[in-house]
Amino acid sequence: MPAKSPPPEPAFEAQLGRRRRWKLLIAKQETIPWSFQSTTFGLDSKVFTGLTALATVLILAILAVILGNVLVSGLPGLSWRFLTSGTEKDMFDVNKAGVMPMILGTAARVILMTIFVIPIGVITAVYLTEYAHATSAFTRVIRGAVNNLAGVPSIVFGLFGLGFFINYVGGNMDALFRPGAAEPVWGKPAILWASMTLAVMTLPVVIVATEESLRAIPPGLREASLALGATKLETIIKIVLPQALPGILTGGILAVSRAAGEVAPILFTGAAYYMATLPTHLYDQFMDLGYHVFILSTQSPNIEKTRPILYATVLALLLLTFTLNIVAILVRARMRKKMRALH
Amino acid sequence: MADTGFANLKFKTIVPALPVEDPTRNTSLIVTDALNLHYGEAQALKSISMSVRERMVTALIGPSGCGKSTLLRCFNRMNDLIDHVRITGSVKIGGQDIHSRDVDAIELRKRVGMVFQKSNPFPKTIHENIAYALRLHGMKEKAELDEAVEQSLRNAALWDEVKDRLYTSALGLSGGQQQRLCIARAIAIQPEIILMDEPASALDPIATGRVEDLILDLKKDFTIVIVTHNMQQAARISDYTAFFYLGELIEYDTTNKIFTNPAKKQTEDYVTGRFG
Amino acid sequence: MGLKRGHHARPGEWIAEKFIFLVALSAIVMIFLIFLFVAREALPVAFGKTSNSAVTKVITPDQMDKMSQTELMEYLELTPKQLAEMDKAILKELMLVKAEAAAEAPKDKDAALNTTSWPLMLKPHPWTGYDQPEYIWQPVSQIPKYNLVPLIIGSLKTTVIALLFAVPLSLAAAIYVSQLANPKTKEWLKPAIELLAGIPSVVLGFFALIVMASLLQGLFGYQSRLNAFVAGIALGLAVIPVVFSIAEDALTSVPRTYTQAALALGSSKWQAAWKIVLPAAIPGVFAAVVLGFGRAIGETMVVLMASGNASIVSGNLFDSTRTMTATIAAELAETVFGGHHYRILFLIGALLFVVTFLSNMAGDVIIHRLKAKMEGKT
Repeated sequence: MPAKSPPPEPAFEAQLGRRRRWKLLIAKQETIPWSFQSTTFGLDSKVFTGLTALATVLILAILAVILGNVLVSGLPGLSWRFLTSGTEKDMFDVNKAGVMPMILGTAARVILMTIFVIPIGVITAVYLTEYAHATSAFTRVIRGAVNNLAGVPSIVFGLFGLGFFINYVGGNMDALFRPGAAEPVWGKPAILWASMTLAVMTLPVVIVATEESLRAIPPGLREASLALGATKLETIIKIVLPQALPGILTGGILAVSRAAGEVAPILFTGAAYYMATLPTHLYDQFMDLGYHVFILSTQSPNIEKTRPILYATVLALLLLTFTLNIVAILVRARMRKKMRALH
Repeated sequence: MADTGFANLKFKTIVPALPVEDPTRNTSLIVTDALNLHYGEAQALKSISMSVRERMVTALIGPSGCGKSTLLRCFNRMNDLIDHVRITGSVKIGGQDIHSRDVDAIELRKRVGMVFQKSNPFPKTIHENIAYALRLHGMKEKAELDEAVEQSLRNAALWDEVKDRLYTSALGLSGGQQQRLCIARAIAIQPEIILMDEPASALDPIATGRVEDLILDLKKDFTIVIVTHNMQQAARISDYTAFFYLGELIEYDTTNKIFTNPAKKQTEDYVTGRFG
Repeated sequence: MGLKRGHHARPGEWIAEKFIFLVALSAIVMIFLIFLFVAREALPVAFGKTSNSAVTKVITPDQMDKMSQTELMEYLELTPKQLAEMDKAILKELMLVKAEAAAEAPKDKDAALNTTSWPLMLKPHPWTGYDQPEYIWQPVSQIPKYNLVPLIIGSLKTTVIALLFAVPLSLAAAIYVSQLANPKTKEWLKPAIELLAGIPSVVLGFFALIVMASLLQGLFGYQSRLNAFVAGIALGLAVIPVVFSIAEDALTSVPRTYTQAALALGSSKWQAAWKIVLPAAIPGVFAAVVLGFGRAIGETMVVLMASGNASIVSGNLFDSTRTMTATIAAELAETVFGGHHYRILFLIGALLFVVTFLSNMAGDVIIHRLKAKMEGKT
């Protein structure tokens, strides 16, 4: 009830305000029924909603312009010959050059990368969701490390690849297996080192995607398995991981899509400007789609002549990354739908 | 002091016909006519026709999922926010069809307030929670705002408990206090109708008692529609009671009649606890 | 999830679980290794142990025997391991080479300077041939100049332009998509904008170089075709998806009950979004900006292709500029392994790593503080 206050009486005082309002309204009342028409125009609402919508449209427009430009200028050059032949002839001429070695090089390094990143990423995610104490300091350190790994600039990964994989690991491997050799075999840019560098770079992507799918599995499933007498590890391997497969797949595809487009980390760890043959050993260098775009854009002797092939190459690269992205999104959407049905 | 209070609330809307003082002659304020509501394929409300009387407490009772909350949300058009909702039939407040094209839902909500089942104060200070509502109505002066905030908190029986901590976060209050804060916030803008969706269901008995006392006090100036699971609560505080079952209005009469001598057997079974 | 207490695994499983634990450490190990190996190459410069000062005391080969091992090591700039591996004949050769190099030293007064020392890497210096003290990064010259300031300024300029362009745009779009658009539109809007994230940065650099540069030059009429402005805008395009996703997530995770309460009081969607939802989402929005900053300052391909790569110090947005990342990318291939230039590039890399590491940490800490403050612990 309303609290005490100096006279007049509390309840009356509260009522006074209300009565006064009603009285004022009586004075100007007309017996018109209720009407809920807008009294203010709501200009600020309309203006700001308009502005934010405009921002959204602007972003989409820029996206459309970029994609449209690449599509229109690149499609003419995207012939079957282009995709399946190499660059033995003039690299800068759209009628003679091809990007097959680059496509193969990109594909090879990315596949090699998944061999490294998926096991490590999945196991780390399994540890974080199934074994780690959610609030311990140690778990927080690991998560912090994963977050920081995601934020490291791509060129620093390139330096890491050079300093660690090529110089240290590769150098020691050369010293161990081929002491006294004149030419380094392992201690130089190679497809193996480029792939491992990319694996380190895309580790957070796989960890996050796998964790998301592991968390989406209802705990009831695990409890049911344990209640039947299975051990924790058995439960994880036989029940949990199979359920999490779509999420792991998504993570892998996203990692691949991200890695396929990255150029900075492979600049000094293995990409080559021109190679006469395809890479056959792990210690070979390779050609790469993204790197080729960079070369064509900046090193071309005659930019007008190179334009068509440059656009065609960019289109090829975009088709690759977008297809992978879309596949990942579709897999993830289907996975989410299935998960919702489970709950 | 009382001068700077409600009298200065600038209401720009056209005013309703002045209510008559005699309570037994209260007119119908909310009238639904063959109201149907569909969520996609499922039908939640089946041809509801009832009228809510002014400055009375009307309780909507019935087992879970029978459509009481849905009906409540029809009255302030909160169902507009849900996808795939289809409404046929009419809801008229003060004679005006609220779904007609020249009705602005925002203006409607300023006259028909709502208190939710789980208290939802904003993550701001206690003062700011109520001031936000007042500012929506154009109140700007600090002195006015302070006065109105105090009045609402007094009317919600919360002033004594929070008067020394008005500028601390509202999330630091207990559950019962938060709910009373939400009530204070809702009545601060003086809506003529207050809709309450199980306001005390998440509260302990003492807090519930306080909220019920509050409702009885508010009845003098506001029309209240309350959805409740608790039949004893309905019996305690309401003047009229409507019993719903599976989307249909089974019986609607004075509370006295519903609880002592209901006309339908279904009603009797429910109020005596044989099901639900 | 799973048993924590009384968890006794059978021996085979016990080993497997320890293995899992070790693999999980890999993330921490990686971060540590990255810093270690990048810093390792940069340490000699960082601690001032290198010197390319040409006029050192020349020690003739015959005086070699009088020198101690440590003196010899420092004079010839060798590691202990390298010193141990070489025999006297080789060491004499090295001494000769050094003596000859000293004889050929440029007669410039600047030749006496150790340009790999910190003061010269950070402060302006009156070099021969320039009227006033200048910050100069010019590693390939007779007297290599390694001042880092032009690079740092270049990175900051492009990053600031990128943020000024991207943050308001992304934030506005996030508010629209999260709060104001209707649910059906939201379903395709969000993925559409996130498609921008699928464009590799080399493609953005290509677009900036081939299309945007001429367009913007025509529009604004400035002199250098490739400059900080063009690079900044292109960089902004790379930052938009980052800021948008995180801000949109932050806005959407504000409990819907707040929006419902606001609407029930008679707010419009915009009023509820601006006055209730956005203030509640400030920690997440802040995180979005911090992460956008990290992305922008660490980006390489876009700036390598679009910024013009002239390492000058200038306040003009429309001047060609050189960033730290582009410098590493462009110059590392030309350096001598283990040489000064090589080490300084690694130093820049280490600097970049530290900056992004710190901004990540700062973002995390501030978010935790803001969250705690909002949840009623004021």
